[in-house]
Amino acid sequence: MPDLLIELFSEEIPARMQAKAADDLKSRVTNGLVEAGLTYGGAAAHATPRRLALRVDGLTDRSPDVKEERKGPRVDAPEQAIEGFLRGAGLTRDDLVERDEKKGRVFYAVLDKPGRPAAAIVAEVLEDTIRNFPWPKSMRWGAGSLRWVRPLHRILCVLTREDGSEIVPLDVDGIVSGRTTEGHRFMAPGAFDVTGFDDYEAKLKRAHVVLDAGERAEAIWQDATNQAFASGLEVVEDTGLLAEVAGLVEWPVVLMGEIGTEFLDLPPEVLQTSMKEHQKFFSVRNPKTGRIERFITVANRETADHGATILAGNQKVLSARLSDAKFFWENDLRVAKSDGMTAWTDSLSNVTFHNKLGSQRDRIERIAALARELAPVVGADADLAAQAATVAKADLASEMVYEFPELQGLMGRYYSDASGLPAEVGVACQEHYSPLGPSDDVPSAPVSVTVALADKIDTLTGFWAIDEKPTGSKDPFALRRAALGVIRLVLENGLKVALFPHIKEAMLSSIIAVLRAREEAASKELQDQKAKVSDALSVGLKLDVSTLNLPDRVSLLGSITRDEVRASLIDNESPNVLGFLHDRLKVYLRDQGVRHDVIDACIAMPGNDDLALLVKRAKALQAVLETEDGGNLVQGFKRANNILTQAEDKDGVEYSFGADPKFAEDPTEKALFDALAKAEAKIAPAMQDQDFATAMATMADLRGPVDAFFEAVQVNAESEVLRRNRLNLLSTIRSTCLQVADLTRIEG
Amino acid sequence: MDQTITKPRSFQEIILRLQSYWAGQGCAVMQPYDMEVGAGTFHPATTLRSLGSRPWAAAYVQPSRRPTDGRYGENPNRLQHYYQYQVLIKPSPPDLQELYLGSLRAIGIDMTLHDIRFVEDDWESPTLGAWGLGWEVWCDGMEVSQFTYFQQVGGHDCHPVSGELTYGLERLAMYVLGVDHVMDMPYNDPDAPIALKYGDVFRQTEQEYSRWNFDVADTDVLLRHFEEAETECARILDQAEDDPKTGKRIIMAHPAYDQCIKASHIFNLLDARGVISVTERQSYIGRVRALAKRCADAFVMTEAGGYAA
Repeated sequence: MPDLLIELFSEEIPARMQAKAADDLKSRVTNGLVEAGLTYGGAAAHATPRRLALRVDGLTDRSPDVKEERKGPRVDAPEQAIEGFLRGAGLTRDDLVERDEKKGRVFYAVLDKPGRPAAAIVAEVLEDTIRNFPWPKSMRWGAGSLRWVRPLHRILCVLTREDGSEIVPLDVDGIVSGRTTEGHRFMAPGAFDVTGFDDYEAKLKRAHVVLDAGERAEAIWQDATNQAFASGLEVVEDTGLLAEVAGLVEWPVVLMGEIGTEFLDLPPEVLQTSMKEHQKFFSVRNPKTGRIERFITVANRETADHGATILAGNQKVLSARLSDAKFFWENDLRVAKSDGMTAWTDSLSNVTFHNKLGSQRDRIERIAALARELAPVVGADADLAAQAATVAKADLASEMVYEFPELQGLMGRYYSDASGLPAEVGVACQEHYSPLGPSDDVPSAPVSVTVALADKIDTLTGFWAIDEKPTGSKDPFALRRAALGVIRLVLENGLKVALFPHIKEAMLSSIIAVLRAREEAASKELQDQKAKVSDALSVGLKLDVSTLNLPDRVSLLGSITRDEVRASLIDNESPNVLGFLHDRLKVYLRDQGVRHDVIDACIAMPGNDDLALLVKRAKALQAVLETEDGGNLVQGFKRANNILTQAEDKDGVEYSFGADPKFAEDPTEKALFDALAKAEAKIAPAMQDQDFATAMATMADLRGPVDAFFEAVQVNAESEVLRRNRLNLLSTIRSTCLQVADLTRIEG
Repeated sequence: MDQTITKPRSFQEIILRLQSYWAGQGCAVMQPYDMEVGAGTFHPATTLRSLGSRPWAAAYVQPSRRPTDGRYGENPNRLQHYYQYQVLIKPSPPDLQELYLGSLRAIGIDMTLHDIRFVEDDWESPTLGAWGLGWEVWCDGMEVSQFTYFQQVGGHDCHPVSGELTYGLERLAMYVLGVDHVMDMPYNDPDAPIALKYGDVFRQTEQEYSRWNFDVADTDVLLRHFEEAETECARILDQAEDDPKTGKRIIMAHPAYDQCIKASHIFNLLDARGVISVTERQSYIGRVRALAKRCADAFVMTEAGGYAA
């Protein structure tokens, strides 16, 4: 039972690709070995910047011998057919056996496939793995055509047994396998041989390479936190950065340095982002003040001066970077303070949001108008909400956000506060992008909620107006996220708002934006063409009119009237946006355990654009359905509804009025009249209060009388008077039970 | 070995050491291209020579211009005119990383004290229709070079692959010489009778060009020059291969490529003047790329491009 060691030694592998590459190496090789008939005990893969390594323990020595049978032609088949079969199988006639089958005697070839030695299989599998490796991006180098993530230099492939180890021979485009590898590029240059994994790992460590990425990450974190702790500080946790840094070094050496005092006034998020993005530094925080005061960098080597030169160099680079950040910050503050960010909002008219929807500025104006309308229902001051919406995206024009897009919103808050705008406005700048995902916090400050809602509704209607809806897995404009944002903002803040009128209003604004963008494009095109003509004429060229692409203004705008826009787009698309919100709501509620048919039954009711009300209905219905009475009531309701619907279809009339207890014959019938009257007396005020739980519970109480009635009474009685009265009674059941939800949609 | 190498003392000494190092490695030391370019890659010794099958090894300094980076000579690190050192070897030799590290030693970087890292950085030039994979090389956290294996240039797959090294000379020299502001960097020997700093040579030009680039350049003229370069490039390439005068097959790939370089630089100037909108940008870049692609198509049909009649 040999152990297998593979190492693929290359130039530096991008840090972000290392972990997956190690996994892929392991799964591709082990799958290949198993497919070829070998088994193994265990396998583990590792990655450093310069190598992928794989150990496979307890590999079988050979694949098992197998017999393979191949069916041939019938014994009485033409000679050519038999000859052809023999040629194909590489056999002679003596090798064939005859067998009786239903259709006659048939030739069979029995092929002995002897097992193969592990080395041969390993060589084949490894070559195939190298040639077909799933790198996210790969390249060629030199004069060859082999592809790898960066030039591949060595293939180490060794099978180790108790009595020694053997090189598995393979040659991939001139790279011949061996037992040789290299240690740290600078601390231990030169090659050395290994006999197996333990020898390999130990020799690597002596040559200043820690093979395991997890071990490197842990060493970095340990040392970083210790050094910070010794100075009374703490490292800001960042697992993504830790994994990346562990992929940049083979021999991690943690160094802590100072941040120049002139930079300590920068917002901590700016320090942190700049250090992480540009330098891959960890931030070190003073827990007492919350300020970032130092940095931690991870070098790839030890030096005689204990890292002093390296640290000094890093510090210098950091100072240059932070000088830039400070420059942006101070410039931005100047703009923010001078005119309350209007210079930025003005300049956003030159920034395209989407070429069919106009500029960011246009978009901001739409959001502000919508925010003003939404403010009362959210409980925000309308002027404040409109003001917040107007400046919420101003920071997109700031230098800091241009440099670090991930700081959008947050910088807006700093700048809004600096310019003396009300605190709520600053908070809204930061919060209006939220929630970004299903687990992101939902803002609760009324102004923030208003702007966030307006932003998301405008996004939805805008992209619906230009027919850019999500399809399948494609959702380039994150519209599903926007819809979920609307849902969570409404529900988690308990907002009572009928959304549909706002959606229609937003849709109208979006469509106007689309038309305006088209008009601008058309007039620009005209101007360009005009310029082309005058250029041509001014230099005395003959003008070839066919090269001009003059837009047909009539077709662009003239044929669409405002009424047609209303009819064709607003009335068609607005319900679709609401429907999209309902679809996302279904997903959202399903995750909370609400049945899809329950949601459908509630969406079918009027007022379904009030999402909070919709959910309240759904939860009441779901709760009742989980009781025995509730489940049975639905059966009773459906029975009543079926009989009634059939009768209505047959008679061509609607039985919806005038059930009279005086025609009741059977005691159960009388009791049902009674129960329905009592129930309605309770349900009506409950519905008035939107207390669906009480309304549903009261309906569930009808289960007994309804069941008893169906048990005892024939609805389609001989007497036409009795029949009509009973059908009208069923209609009362129907109208009573349909008040909370459309129970016909409940399954089962 | 590291101990025996002395520290260079001036900007020009670093350039001279790189020249002699790469000459020693067998590169043809070429001179800068005599046109305005945005980066050393635009030199035909890189762009065009990375195409086709013929081996190539060249090293040169290339003055480069990025009008939008102008800061009137005041920013310690940013210049609208700066120098790149460029090495291109085709096919890329297997020890190119080691050769590169040798060049750092040659300019006085002591590998036993510094932390050199190869950090993923894929290179793409939308205007040249070119891309490659490689790294930015970090020395103590500072990017000192770009290291790229060209995969495609002008829309053509590179076969064999060229290895390209680009050193930002000012930044690298500032680091090696321990200078914080580029204008304070010794240009020639600081003990020379007339010792010149980088600022003595370039501060005034940085001011002049910054003003011209940002506020004065005549955009109408530039727009016209762009169109003219574009037209001329196409016209050159539309000529018949056989020259009627000499009767020889002469494809004018280089003159056409000059027009492509010109268009590219004019685009950069227009960009600095702020007259190109976001959407227009893409279309200008696309137009330059179309020229670069046609020039590449033409070059591979020439002898230097590996064409055999």
